Order: sequence, then C-alpha cells, then structure tokens
Amino acid sequence: MSDELVEGVLAGRRRAIARAISLVEDGGVEARAVLATLHPHTGRAHIVGVTGPPGSGKSTLVNALALHFRQATDGRHPTVAIVAVDPTSPFSGGAILGDRIRMRDLAGDRGIFIRSMASRGNLGGLAWATADAVKVLDAAGYDLVIVETVGAGQAEVDIARTAHTTVVVEVPGLGDDVQAIKAGILEIADIFAVNKADLEGADHAVMALRMMLDLNAGGAHTVMHHGRLMEVATQATGKPSDSAQGKKAEGWRPPIHKTVATRREGIVELAEAILAHRVYLETTGDLAWRQRERAAAELETIIQQESLRTVLARTDQATLKSLVDRIVQREMDPYTAAQRLLDS
Amino acid sequence: MADKKIRVLVAKPGLDGHDRGAKVIARALRDAGMEVVYTGIRQTPEMIAEAALQEDVDVVGMSILSGAHMALFPRVMDLLREYDMDDVLVVAGGIIPDEDVPALNEMGVKGIFGPGTSTDEIVRFIRENVR
Repeated sequence: MSDELVEGVLAGRRRAIARAISLVEDGGVEARAVLATLHPHTGRAHIVGVTGPPGSGKSTLVNALALHFRQATDGRHPTVAIVAVDPTSPFSGGAILGDRIRMRDLAGDRGIFIRSMASRGNLGGLAWATADAVKVLDAAGYDLVIVETVGAGQAEVDIARTAHTTVVVEVPGLGDDVQAIKAGILEIADIFAVNKADLEGADHAVMALRMMLDLNAGGAHTVMHHGRLMEVATQATGKPSDSAQGKKAEGWRPPIHKTVATRREGIVELAEAILAHRVYLETTGDLAWRQRERAAAELETIIQQESLRTVLARTDQATLKSLVDRIVQREMDPYTAAQRLLDS
Repeated sequence: MADKKIRVLVAKPGLDGHDRGAKVIARALRDAGMEVVYTGIRQTPEMIAEAALQEDVDVVGMSILSGAHMALFPRVMDLLREYDMDDVLVVAGGIIPDEDVPALNEMGVKGIFGPGTSTDEIVRFIRENVR
C-alpha cells in the first residue's frame, strides 16, 4: 500500500497526494515509512508562510497570490499547493475549515492543490503535521507551497520554522495593538502586507511598521530580526561562520506592501517581493542556513516526542499514578519524578 | 494517536444562496468532533468533487434548496466515481421531494435529510455509515 502511495505522490497524482497527507496527519508507522521514502525528493519547493490576525484576509490574500502566480505573464506559471490551517475546538476536537470559501477562484486549475488542515491541539499556529504535509506536496513537485496559519496574534511563530519566506498580514485600525504585538509575530516577518488598505488608517499602520523596522536597524538588527531562529542555529551548528554573519549583515529589510486582496490590488508587488526574497535567500546563503535551522528544529521536536513516547511506553500506569500521587502529596517534586522515569 | 477523525465536506451546489442550514449542520458536525471543510455557496459539481478529492474526505454533504438536485447530484456522483472515490459517503439535505428519494438512493446518495431532521440523527447516520 505505501509503495503505491509513494509512487503516486512522486507522479503528482492528486488522489495519492491527498491520501498521503491524511496518513501523515494521523501519524503512525506507515506515515513514517512514507515520509522516509519521500524525504530525498523534498527540498525543491519554495515554502511561503502567510500569517496574521483572524479576519485580516489571509485566505483572500493567498487566493489572490496563487491566482497571480498561475496567471502571471512572465511565462513561469509555477504550480501552487496551499495548506490552510484552522483551529480545532478544544472541547469537541472538531473543526470548521473554512479557508476554501475564499479560494473559489482557484477551482478547476489542475496546477493548484488546496488542503485544509485542523490544528488538532497544537498551539503554535500550525498543526503538528503541517510540516509533514508540506513535505508531501514538495515531493509531489509543487513549485510553491503556501502555508496559511491559524489566525495568529502574538506567539504563534511556528511558521517561521516551516517557511522560507514569511508574510505577516496586518490590517489598519489595530492601533495600539500594533505596538502590543511587536514582541511576537512581527519579528518573524520577511515581508509585511497591510491588507484592507482601502480602510482608514492604512498609512498609519504602514508607518507604525516602518518605525518598528527602523528601531530594529543597527548592529543588533540581524540577531534580533530572526532572534528565535538564530538561537537554535548557534546551538546546532556552533558559532555561525564569520562569512555567513557578514552576508546576513547585508540584511534584508522586510518590505511593507499595501494590499486590497478582494480587489487584487497590490498583489503584483507582494508576489514580486516573495520572489525577490527567494533570490536574496539563495544569493546570500541564507537559504542553506534556514534549511539547517529547520532540520535542527525538526530533529529536536522529534526527539522530544519520541522520548516522551518511549518513556510512557515502558512505564506502567500504576508507576505513573503513584508518581503523580507523590507529587500531589508533596513527597516528590516533578523534576525528580521525571528524572526517575527517564533513568528507569 | 487519537482515533481517526471523520472528515466531512459540506457544500452548497447550485444557485440558491440559502446557507443557514448548511452552516447549522457544519457546526453540529464540528461539535460531534468531526473536521468539517466548509466550501460555501454556489459550488459546481466539479468544485465539489475536486474539493472532496484534495481534502480526502470520508463524507460529502450537500445542501440544496433550488430544486436542481436531480441535475447536480448525478454529476457529483459521476465525478466522484471518476476520481476513484466511490467509497465516500454522500448525504444530502434541503428541499428534496419524497418522489426523488429512490432515484437519489439508487445513484448512491445514501442519506437524505429534509427540514426538521435533528442534527443528532445526522451525526448518528454519518458515524454508522462512514467507511
């Protein structure tokens, strides 16, 4: 079954791609086997993340972008896959995945594949399996994979670890909120889109973003710009080489584009910025750096999950229960209890 | 791993824009723990079948009030077969006259739920009949 599935994915058959994504979403032995076989075929697609607050127009923007890339007159016509993540209800475990509503213009184009995905309890703005679904689509040969996150406000920055280019969508009128979210999601932006720019306050929003970028400029800029990712880099690869540092120091200042996605205004410029960012990543060596980051972060996540699974598998319920009891009774602290399980 | 989620496509084929019913169903299925891909109104049979294919759903639910069901449903069923998705459970709701029910059942629309059906009944039917 899985050989046939892998073959189908590599041949770009849509039924096989869809099934493979379901498989990796549900996890398990077969999913891993499929991912292992697909892995050598990944790494070709450019992965674009689109994130921003709920209702900022992410789906509409993704729709307009995909349409632009497919219809652009430059003769490239990249194939486009879209993974759109919506939240899972913490109460029922169910979800309403409504992003397709805004993507109806894309129906009927065989060069476009859209998949909706429920976050299934993950809090970082993506589902656990989003990165794996992206791999399936990458291996299937899609040139561009656009990942739309759950409506995100502050800390949902997982997308920066999955995407090569992260577009953060803002809308006018958030006012002081723009200031408030400075410390989170704005830091991961490679490109800003101020959507609904026909509304009052668009220029103000652009100005607030520009001001924030100005504050970031200077020596600390490159470190702070992708602060979270950079940290992982130093752990995984040791001290980044001077040349890599030097190249990064040339810097990419995130451009700010005003868009009205419903009227497809500003889309050409936004699409150009995405392509320019790809070129930047390739010419500066930043792409290789990001790919290493991603591999390191991914490995770390898998180690976390696997060690949890291993420890739980070899621990019987009674032992677990008695340890919990002792923690509650204040006879043992949770660190000691965890250490005991890890050592057992 | 938790048990496999039931994935449902809820779509409104045809030209009527009355989507209240479809939304109520979508919400009820969500509350029953299912993952509901909601596509909205004015979907062509091609759009519905394509979405079902890409989303790899277990169930396709269509709501129609315009009276065009005998024209649109057969087309959806044909396309699903063409896409090798004949194991997908297809259910329908809206305004569907009793005399059309046997023909729809015949072409593979398994459950047909008219006005007044309780959402519990629909949830139960899906759970019992999904592949």
